[in-house]
Amino acid sequence: MDLLTQPVSVSHYMVVGAMLFVCGVICMATKRNALGVLMGIELVLNGANLNFVAFGSRILRNDSLGMDGQLMALFVIVLAAAEAAVALAIALNFYNNHASIDVDQADDLKG
Amino acid sequence: MEIFTPIYSYLPYLYGAAVLLPLASFFTILIAAAKLRKAAAAVATFAIGSACALSFVALLAWLSVHYTPGHDSSPGHDSSPEHGNAHASTGDEHPHTDRPEVREQGDSPTAEVASSSDGRRADPQHTTETHAPHAAAAPAALSGTAWVLGRFGQREVTISYYIDALTVVMFCMVTLIATCIHCYAMGYMHDELHPITDHEVTLSDGRHLTRPGRFPRFFQYLSLFCFSMLGLVLAGNIAMVFVFWELVGACSYFLIGFYVERKSASNAANKAFIVNRVGDFGMIIGLMALWTSLGTFSFGDIDADGDGRKEPGIFSQVRSEANHFALATPDGMVRLGAQQQLATVAREHYTQPNMLQIMETQFPSQIGSLRESGAGYWLLVVAGIGIFCGCVGKSAQFPLHVWLPDAMEGPTPVSALVHSATMVAAGVYLVGRFFPVFAPEVLLVIAVTGCITLFLAATIAITANDIKRVLAYSTVSQLGYMMLALGVGGWLAGMMHLITHAFFKSLLFMCSGSVIHAVHTNDMRKMGGLLKKMPVTAITMLIGCLAIAGVGVPFLIGFSGYYSKDMILEQAYSLSLTNPGNALASLFFVMALGGASITAFYMFRMWFMTFVGEPRDAHAYDHAHESPPIMYLPLVLLAVLAIAVAWEPVMIGYAVIPAGILIWQSSKRGWFAAIRSPNGGHASHDDHAGSHGGATHQAGGGHHAADDQHGHGSIPSRVEHHDHGHAAHPGEGPLPWTLRGVVGMIVIAVVGGTLIAAILPRDLLSGLALKNLLEQARPAGTAADAVGKWVQWTWPNEHTAHEEANHARIVVPVTLFATGTWVLGIGLATAMYGRRYLNAEDVRRQFSPIYRLLINKWWFDELYDWLFVRPTHVVARVAAGVDRSWIDGLLHAIAAAAKSVSVFWDKLADRTIVDGAANLTAHWTHSVGLALRQVQTGKLRQYVMFIVVGALALFILISFFWNSTLAR
Repeated sequence: MDLLTQPVSVSHYMVVGAMLFVCGVICMATKRNALGVLMGIELVLNGANLNFVAFGSRILRNDSLGMDGQLMALFVIVLAAAEAAVALAIALNFYNNHASIDVDQADDLKG
Repeated sequence: MEIFTPIYSYLPYLYGAAVLLPLASFFTILIAAAKLRKAAAAVATFAIGSACALSFVALLAWLSVHYTPGHDSSPGHDSSPEHGNAHASTGDEHPHTDRPEVREQGDSPTAEVASSSDGRRADPQHTTETHAPHAAAAPAALSGTAWVLGRFGQREVTISYYIDALTVVMFCMVTLIATCIHCYAMGYMHDELHPITDHEVTLSDGRHLTRPGRFPRFFQYLSLFCFSMLGLVLAGNIAMVFVFWELVGACSYFLIGFYVERKSASNAANKAFIVNRVGDFGMIIGLMALWTSLGTFSFGDIDADGDGRKEPGIFSQVRSEANHFALATPDGMVRLGAQQQLATVAREHYTQPNMLQIMETQFPSQIGSLRESGAGYWLLVVAGIGIFCGCVGKSAQFPLHVWLPDAMEGPTPVSALVHSATMVAAGVYLVGRFFPVFAPEVLLVIAVTGCITLFLAATIAITANDIKRVLAYSTVSQLGYMMLALGVGGWLAGMMHLITHAFFKSLLFMCSGSVIHAVHTNDMRKMGGLLKKMPVTAITMLIGCLAIAGVGVPFLIGFSGYYSKDMILEQAYSLSLTNPGNALASLFFVMALGGASITAFYMFRMWFMTFVGEPRDAHAYDHAHESPPIMYLPLVLLAVLAIAVAWEPVMIGYAVIPAGILIWQSSKRGWFAAIRSPNGGHASHDDHAGSHGGATHQAGGGHHAADDQHGHGSIPSRVEHHDHGHAAHPGEGPLPWTLRGVVGMIVIAVVGGTLIAAILPRDLLSGLALKNLLEQARPAGTAADAVGKWVQWTWPNEHTAHEEANHARIVVPVTLFATGTWVLGIGLATAMYGRRYLNAEDVRRQFSPIYRLLINKWWFDELYDWLFVRPTHVVARVAAGVDRSWIDGLLHAIAAAAKSVSVFWDKLADRTIVDGAANLTAHWTHSVGLALRQVQTGKLRQYVMFIVVGALALFILISFFWNSTLAR
């Protein structure tokens, strides 16, 4: 509970990031809708972004601009976008084959 | 003559080529038989003909160096020529400038100084020489090594040669007869060019066998045989003789069994080879005795251990020059025989370190006394008898004579070449070659064997009905004669008889083959009256019969057999005179006379039964015809030789004049037109020779149609229907001479021959006579009398009988006796079979027990069957039974045991362990896979949970186990 009384530091950012991550993971794990899963992925990635930002900020190192984290987050956002495009293509193809985007119906790889 | 002298140094090469040419022909025909077909005969004949030419060139070369002219003496007397020849031969033995490995034996101390060949001729002062120098003479011989097969310390085994006058004469005889036989066989075996139906072989379904012809194979075997025989004659050591001995036996096996599908032929071939092997067993014992005691196989002196010096060969060891070539136990044999004495010496000195050297130094001083006491003599006798055993087998002497009559199953050219003139003569040749090594006791054994054989075979021949069997038994009997001659000390007589017998016996066989070819039967009871149909064959066969009977005008002239037989009888008589009161010695002479008489009788019985009288089988008579020229020309040549081979060269007029008159008369009556159209006109005869034996005639069909039309008329009509559509055959039909013409011819021949004999220089030419040529090869020491050690006999030397002093005592009575034998024999045969004053049937009935004994061949075959063949069969059956029950049983048991072990092991190891392990592994893999499969549900959300849980677990683990000091 020290975190609630101390000034805002990296740990606070990390907690928020972790909360976003966990929500994203829960969303990925529990959603039946494929688009929901994709949303979860976005959440996970954004949680990781927050972590990057936190670690690259001036809070930890004073002699830098504090922009390294932001830059990494930018990369990740671009990658997330690309990956979302690909994932949506997969989902579209899946819909064309199965007439549904229920991930529970995607058990063709069952051993 | 001198132009041949340079060839003399190449004599070994000449003879080597003569030996190898038939071998090359053998391989050529072997490889290319299918392509050659008829040309195989040409290849073989060319090879042996070239060998013949080489042999005669070699003869001329030999004569150019070793000519031994004789001295003046009347025909029939052979006293002084031998003196001169033997003595002149001592002058031959100084070394020539030949190649280093060639050497002649025996430089006699009485050698003449003259070294050119001219200086040796006609020395008049030798007429009064005594016999003493002759005893100290070794024959001129070339001996050397062609190839060393193996060296064993001091000893070696080689391919070597030994060339003396005997070799030269044997080569000429063998090659000449072989060439004649090859020509003859070209016509005789003509059938084999086409498929043949053999009427003596019946298959299981009753048909007769039809097989393809085997023409090239016959000549292949003949070539191999010629190679073997010539190699045997040339051989320079007794081991090489043995190798060629066996090779000759193998060729005889092939040739006798040529008609291999016939059971009789294949049995006969087996019999010949096996009986020969029995003799060879003794020969090997002799070889062993010689090798261990003498340390060498070589006849002449050759350099054995490569040290540049020549070691003494067998002849030199047994009859050494220092001992005047008298027979003495050689050192090696004394040493072996005196083991006891040597052991005593060794025991005295055994404590000393140089015991062996002491023994070696002591031995030479004692060797003389040891030899005197007879140590090791038994080894000499054993060696001699051993070698003679081989000759007993090869030359069909009693008791191994049973194979030769059965060997007549082979084609007639084979009988003529192998079983009359050459192979069976090889035994006699070896006895002649090995003569100096035979102890007198061995000579006695040889004489007894020969005597028994000659009588035994002659008696069986009286009753034989198969024409070839008569000749086979005659051969056995004559070989016995030769052995008897050699055994009584008559070396020259035996060798002369060998040569003359070769010529007239092969002539007789070929004539019989001609008859068989014409009438297609061997049985004389189906022949008769063939004189008009086959005049050439009949006359030449008559000449052969006269030669074998030894017919001649006493003291003047005779056929070749007259001379050789007389020499044998003279020597036998001389032996009986030298050992007076000795029944066995006299028995030899009496048996020889009896044998000669019986010989004349059965030969003329054969001739009369075949050619004279009424034909006994009309069918055979009708088909009879004279042989084609390729078959009867060799007959004529051999007939000429059968008459003249033993003549002195000055008697050439007696042969040339009648020959000229005969040829002139015959050609005037058109007899030689047949020769100008050779085989073409006679092909039909060969064709229906092939398809004969029964009913159908194909190519000669026209002939037999004419036969049926004309019937059996008189002779002219028979002559006519031989003209079947193609050229007339004037050679078949009545004789071209009249009786008056023949008598006139004889008178002219006698007068003219005598004139020519008076004109020609007898001395100069006598060296060409066969007798004088062979005399050059007389073994060392045999010009002296021989006395036995264990048998107290004296063998007189051959010259004794021909001395002037003994002429009235020996030569006159013997010649008269000999004349009496042939007169008696021929007279009886004429009475019984020619003129039929006596009836043969009555005689047979009168003497029926004797007849039964003879017709059953003295029951020798049955005796051997019971003594040897049946026990062997019993043993063989027992052995086969043991093989089948015990050995096969053992093998089956082992196999079953192995099988059960393998079944058990298979079940245990393979199926249980190995398969089990593999299956278990697979099973586990499968179950693991099945288990892991459960993880893969394909559900996305589950996979996400796994990621989350896994990451969480990882985080927890790291947070627990991460070393906090490292993190700083």
